[in-house]
Parts: sequence; C-alpha cells; structure tokens
Amino acid sequence: MQTKRIHHHIAFYSVGMLLGVFWLIPLIWMVGTAFTEATFTMSLFPTTKPTLANLSYVWNSVPFGRYYLNTLSVVVVTYAVQFVTVTLAAYALAVLKFKGEKIIFLIIFIQIIIPNDVLISPNYMMLADLGLTDTKLGIMIPFFGSAFGIFLLRQMFKTVPAALGEAAVIDGCNLFQIITHVYVPSSRAAYLSFALVSVSYHWNNFLWPLIVTNSPENRTLTVGLALFAKSKEAVMQWANVCAATFIISAPLVIAFFIFQKKFINSFVSSGIK
Amino acid sequence: MKKMKRSVKTNLTAWALLAPSLLFLLTFTVFPIFRSLYLGFTRYQLGMPQPEFIGLENYADLFTSALFWKVMGNTVVFSLMTVIPSMVLGLALAVLVNRKLKGIGFLRTSFFYPVVMPMIAIASIWMFIYMADTGMLDQFLQTLGLKPANVLSYKETVKPAMAFMYVWKEAGYLMIFFLSGLQNISTEMYEAARIDGATGWTAFKKITLPLLGPTLLFVSTIALTNSVKLVDHIVIMTEGAPNNASTMLLFYIYQQGFAWFDQAKASALTVIMLAIMLVIAMLQFVKTDRKIHYN
Repeated sequence: MQTKRIHHHIAFYSVGMLLGVFWLIPLIWMVGTAFTEATFTMSLFPTTKPTLANLSYVWNSVPFGRYYLNTLSVVVVTYAVQFVTVTLAAYALAVLKFKGEKIIFLIIFIQIIIPNDVLISPNYMMLADLGLTDTKLGIMIPFFGSAFGIFLLRQMFKTVPAALGEAAVIDGCNLFQIITHVYVPSSRAAYLSFALVSVSYHWNNFLWPLIVTNSPENRTLTVGLALFAKSKEAVMQWANVCAATFIISAPLVIAFFIFQKKFINSFVSSGIK
Repeated sequence: MKKMKRSVKTNLTAWALLAPSLLFLLTFTVFPIFRSLYLGFTRYQLGMPQPEFIGLENYADLFTSALFWKVMGNTVVFSLMTVIPSMVLGLALAVLVNRKLKGIGFLRTSFFYPVVMPMIAIASIWMFIYMADTGMLDQFLQTLGLKPANVLSYKETVKPAMAFMYVWKEAGYLMIFFLSGLQNISTEMYEAARIDGATGWTAFKKITLPLLGPTLLFVSTIALTNSVKLVDHIVIMTEGAPNNASTMLLFYIYQQGFAWFDQAKASALTVIMLAIMLVIAMLQFVKTDRKIHYN
C-alpha cells in the first residue's frame, strides 16, 4: 500500500512538472530574450549577455509611456463608472420589489449571452453618431453598463441581512447612505473579484480599441504592441518584440504571481451564465 | 392608500437606480442588435447619406459567396479543434492539481498565467515560435532531422497551429471551473467507492464524470463562446492568410466593416454571429431536462 502511494506520487510529480515546465516555455523564452542581447538564432535559454538595451530601445522608439497612461486611465475610469452603475442597479435588484423586474433581467441576460466583442460594427456606428470615435471615452463607454457586475453584486447584496438596512433607516440614513455605509462595505470581496476581471479584460482588450482609435494620443498598450510587432523594424527582431511584449504584459502577470488565489477565485466568478 | 403610495415611491426609486445601467445596456447592447437586424436588409456603404432597403440581397450575396462558406467552415473547424481539446486538457489539469501537495501552487500558476496575458502578446510570442526556418518549432524539427514546417504559411497547418496555441492559453481558464466543480464533490464518495474496490479510472468514470455533468455543460458554453469570438491573434499572425484559410467569422466582420467599409454586409454578418451566440446560449437549457444526479 505504502509503496503504491509512493509510486503514485512519483508519477504525479513527473507528469505535473513536465506539463508545468512546458506551459512556462513561452514565458521563459520571452523574458530571457527581452533581457539579453539580440541573437541571430533563437534559443530557448539565453546565450548572450544580459542587457536592458532592448527595453530602452523599444521604450524610446514607440510612445509606450503614453500608451501606458492611456491603458491605465481606460482601466481605472471604466471600473470607477462601473462601480457606480453596478452598485445602484444591484441594490435595486437585490433589495427593492418593483414592477418590471422581468424586463430588466431580460436586458441583463441579453448582454450576458451577447458580449460586446461581437457588436463591433453597430457599436462603432453608435460612436460615430455620438462623435466619440478616436477618443478614450469611446473605448470605454460601451462597457459602462455591466451585466456581469450587476449579477455578481446582486448575489452579494442578497446576503446582507435586511435588518442592517432597517437599522440604518432608524438611525436616519438616507438611501445613498444605506448603500455606501451598509451594502458596499460588506461586499468588498465581490468588488475585488469584479475589479480583477474588469481590469484584466480592459487591459488586454485589443480589437475594439484598435477600431476606435486613430491617433497615438488615444492608443492603448495592446494596440501599440500590435502596430509595433507588425512594423518593418520589428521583422525578425525578436529581442525587440519580446521587450515590447514584456512591457505590456508584465503588470498583470506579476500581479497574478503575487495574488494567485484572488485572481483564480475572481475568474471562477467570471463564468456566470 | 398609504401602501400604494409607498409602492409607487419604491418603483420610482428602483427605476431611478437602474437608469444609469439601463442607459448603457440599451445604447450599446440592445439597440445595436436591432440596428444590425435593420441594416442587414439595406445597402449602406461609407459615404452614403441614407441606407437603402434591398430586402434579403445581402444574405443572398453571402449565401452564394464561396468566401462566406469558407469563413463559416474555418470557424466551425477551429471550434472543433479547440473546444474539445481545451476541455479535456482543462479537466485533466484540474484533476492533476486538485490535491494538497507541495508544488501545487506552482503548477496552478503555470497553467493559469496565459489567461491573464493579452491574446495579442501571446500571438506575438507564438509568431516567433512558428516563424519559418528560424522559429523555435522549425529549429526543433531540424534538430530531429526533419524539414522545417513553416506552419503559418500553409492552409493545412495554419488552423491547427493557431488551435494549439489557443488550447495552451484556454486550458488553464477552463481548469479553474473544473477545479471548483471537483472541490464540490465530497470525499466520502471516493471513500465509499474505495471500500467497494473502485479507485483510479473507475472512480473517475463512475463518480467524478457524472457529478461534473452540469459543470461540463456550463464549461462547454464558455469554451464555445470564447472560441467563436476569438480574433486578436489573426490580426497579428496572418490577417487571414494563406488565401483566407485562417479568416474566422468575427475577423470577416471586421474586414467587411473596417477594411472594405461595407456596413450593411457587416451588419448581416453580425446578425449571423448573433444567431450563433443565441444557439450556444440555448445549450445551457438542455441541462434542465434529463440530467441525472446521484446526490
């Protein structure tokens, strides 16, 4: 029995480690190549001297500083607005009884089955009607209402005891205060999950910002990387492309390595259907 | 009377709270759906002041176009190549990491990190893996004494190559749903099975799989939706080449609307895409019928 278990462990570790290392190959290669001198032939592990030249070359030849600011502001503003819209809607759906609930759930359900990614063509026409093409607001505005966020927060608000809200009313709190003092503080975990999913989505989103933006002042990191990776100066220059790839993906990947459990739990909730 | 007054007030409050969300959901999800439905029946190109009603002509054009059927075929083939492999692999990885042992954290991390990387970054890396002659794959083939494959340049290999990359990215995402499904199965089940002499593969077949039934269905809709709307990597790697062998439906919509500026065709294609999304969503409801639970 004991030897059988040991054999089992050995089998598990060898299969597991083999797969784990296989999964890491692209990351190892990308980071190794980004931080070492450019080579003529590709190799899995670096063969040349470590250097920051690739990073500084890419940083200076492409306005990545500008793109960073753009992506950061898109991500932060989108979540900030979502925070407000989602909180208000979730409170109504979790706490209040009102006429027309069914139609609201239908609209929410429509966005859950039809993600905005699919509606690039009509949504671009809408941006044109509103005069928002080639603006950062145009990148963000279709996502200001979030069915996923409403659902997640509604579930959370439902677990807040109604007595807490009633006590707040007796203490003289108005509706706004009940929401900000009772419901928001007791739902921190759900807000964090929603934040991680929302931020990852908008940090990584590509096609929509590509369509919306025309000028470097409004481009996001992903659009900047794509333009760089497809430019003439990037052909066969894997050291530079790896450096650019590192620049745009490092923040999220590093955050994930540190807060692994939080990320995974949040993404489990992103599967709401 | 007082009660009615209160319910009017509650109704008003509720709708006021919902108004901001509704404004955005109606403007950017519901209205666009109807706009696509309408524009699909018109001729509407860049520079035209008004769309012109032409009935089913756009759909007739599409349904008789060889390119449209090629794109639909590509989308179906790519889904077949990615959905089942990424689900099987996701489940296998979940079973692998569903235990309390040293090093498990490392494994979960390495399987999941591709999920938090932008598809565009992953495609940039894999482009060099797949690059002709000097790419890592071709170098590896050459050290084995084989010919370089140059996978992205041939119609037979471009979809499998992209599918392989995508399965690598997606398996970790599907893994976490299976993992939370597995953790809901009580260990007593396995204890009882062991007493009856069922372990390993038998226990997996008789206990794990049936109890994961709902998770499997739910994960299959996620996997299908994600696979059908996958597009970013095409822009980086091939732009549809060679000869449209890697053009998928959403990329084709992007081309129609934003490269060829034919908003009417793009709308008709959007309607077809919406129909596909609807069918995938309906898969969810299959489960409410005949699903056996051993609880």
